[in-house]
Amino acid sequence: MTGAGADALLRLEGVHTDIGRYRILHGVNLEVRRGRVTALLGRNGAGKTTTLRTIMGLWKARSGRIMFDGQSLAGMATPHIARLGVAYVPENMGIFGKLTVRENMLLATAPSGFAESHLDRVLESFPALKVKWDSAAGSLSGGQKQMLAIGRAIVEPRRLLLIDEPTKGLSPAMVDQLVAALARLKGEQTTVLLVEQNFRVAEAIGDDVAVMDEGHINHTGDMAALAADESLQHRLLGLRMADGL
Amino acid sequence: MSENWRDRLQLWAPYALTPLIVLAALPAMGVGPWLTLTVAGLTMGIMLFLVASGLTLIFGLMDVLNFAHAAFVTVGAYVTVSVLRPLVGWTTEYSLTLNLIALFVALVSAAVASGALGFVFERVIIRQVYGAPLRQILITIGALTVIEQLVIVVWGPQALVLPKPASLRGSVFIGSSSIETYRLVALAVGLTVAVAMHFFLTRTRLGLVVRAGVEDREMVQALGYHIRRVFVGVFMAGTALAGMGGMMWGQYQELVTSQIGDSMTILVFIILIIGGLGSVGGCFIGAILVGLTSNYVGFLAPKLALGSNILLMALILLWQPRGLFPIAEH
Repeated sequence: MTGAGADALLRLEGVHTDIGRYRILHGVNLEVRRGRVTALLGRNGAGKTTTLRTIMGLWKARSGRIMFDGQSLAGMATPHIARLGVAYVPENMGIFGKLTVRENMLLATAPSGFAESHLDRVLESFPALKVKWDSAAGSLSGGQKQMLAIGRAIVEPRRLLLIDEPTKGLSPAMVDQLVAALARLKGEQTTVLLVEQNFRVAEAIGDDVAVMDEGHINHTGDMAALAADESLQHRLLGLRMADGL
Repeated sequence: MSENWRDRLQLWAPYALTPLIVLAALPAMGVGPWLTLTVAGLTMGIMLFLVASGLTLIFGLMDVLNFAHAAFVTVGAYVTVSVLRPLVGWTTEYSLTLNLIALFVALVSAAVASGALGFVFERVIIRQVYGAPLRQILITIGALTVIEQLVIVVWGPQALVLPKPASLRGSVFIGSSSIETYRLVALAVGLTVAVAMHFFLTRTRLGLVVRAGVEDREMVQALGYHIRRVFVGVFMAGTALAGMGGMMWGQYQELVTSQIGDSMTILVFIILIIGGLGSVGGCFIGAILVGLTSNYVGFLAPKLALGSNILLMALILLWQPRGLFPIAEH
């Protein structure tokens, strides 16, 4: 995405995706570099969520190539993609409300159960989960659910995290907590493709950036460069987005 | 009343409903009939639960409305007749051990036969109509008719007698109450299966996947589980349970006809709606409520007996429009 020879863990080439009769992705080209956080920005309806769902195999690409670490994901079922080490945190968080926090986390582990070191790391990042460990996940607050969703995604070592608008609807205090946890992930060289509407969050965490509009990528580059260029922000994202509203 | 208390009441009221109905019936009929009818209601409820639990999971997991579920009840009942015929020496002997072994063999056979048929049914019929509710209704109703006719071809059109084992006929007397021995055995068997199912769903990884799949099957797939494979297993288990229900119901009535499954269908759907679609716990409470209501109302107001469960369903839906313990959102 940001220059030849970059070590891309995930590469999308000319990906088209239809939902029903409507074409949502119009030839998406995107690279996510290993060990970096790529922020995928864009207005509502630009195709960001569809991009994540297409990578995850939840919606099938009509054409184009999706390569994950040199392996084609075309036609691969979602569970296979997950087992390659791709974790997905959807916009609605995908929490199983009737299950306890422990059961939600357990579902994301290997058959042998929790690896203590990974679990400790998650609970250290999100101490609220420890307190609510045996409570029904449906009883958690919105922020706690988001912590559970992200904690579940990293309770096992993953090669790629796809996170869809994790700060949506959260209080500022909760956003700060989440940003700290995501920054810690970044520090551990976890590869992340982060869809985010809040520019300040994307700026704080992202290494690279891709901006979508009307189903295709119209800008890629360094996050820092976009953050420093207000006129580019306004041109690509519009005022609301650039203002972090 | 504070918000907190109102929430708690809302949470616990569905659990309190069954004990309240049981207690309310006591002064209306006296201890003797009350005990007899309560055991009868619990037995009927537990047998209905066996049939309904599979159906609620099948719907909850994959949105499949299987109107042919009754066919697996019928097959289970007929397989019981065939299995117990050569074991007639064990069932006519007045030996509790031999009688229970014969029943166990019949129960396992009914479950295996119905489960195997369920496996084929899922592959041949259900797999073609995922995500198409109208086609599901049409094809499963059609399949129900075909299976019932095939049962007639194999076992004949006449009703078959299925006498209870010798030591399970008659009654046990507790004070002025008379309780059929077979009902106690059926209750014990049903409760054992229900406890085993509870253990499976709450203590095993696969059970966890099933419960999660009922809530959000897409997320379960995103966590690396093949929901279709899980569904095949659940479909087989559900039809096997229906076969067990057919075995126990046939033995309870001592008569098996090709309509035996149909006779339970309306009650099973009422249970699913009362309990909340996709909820096994709700299904259990719904089945017990239906069993108790049928027996109590049949005794207290025989003219209302026919419509009592529909009335019960209507009242519960007025109170809880999505059933007592709804899970499936889809």
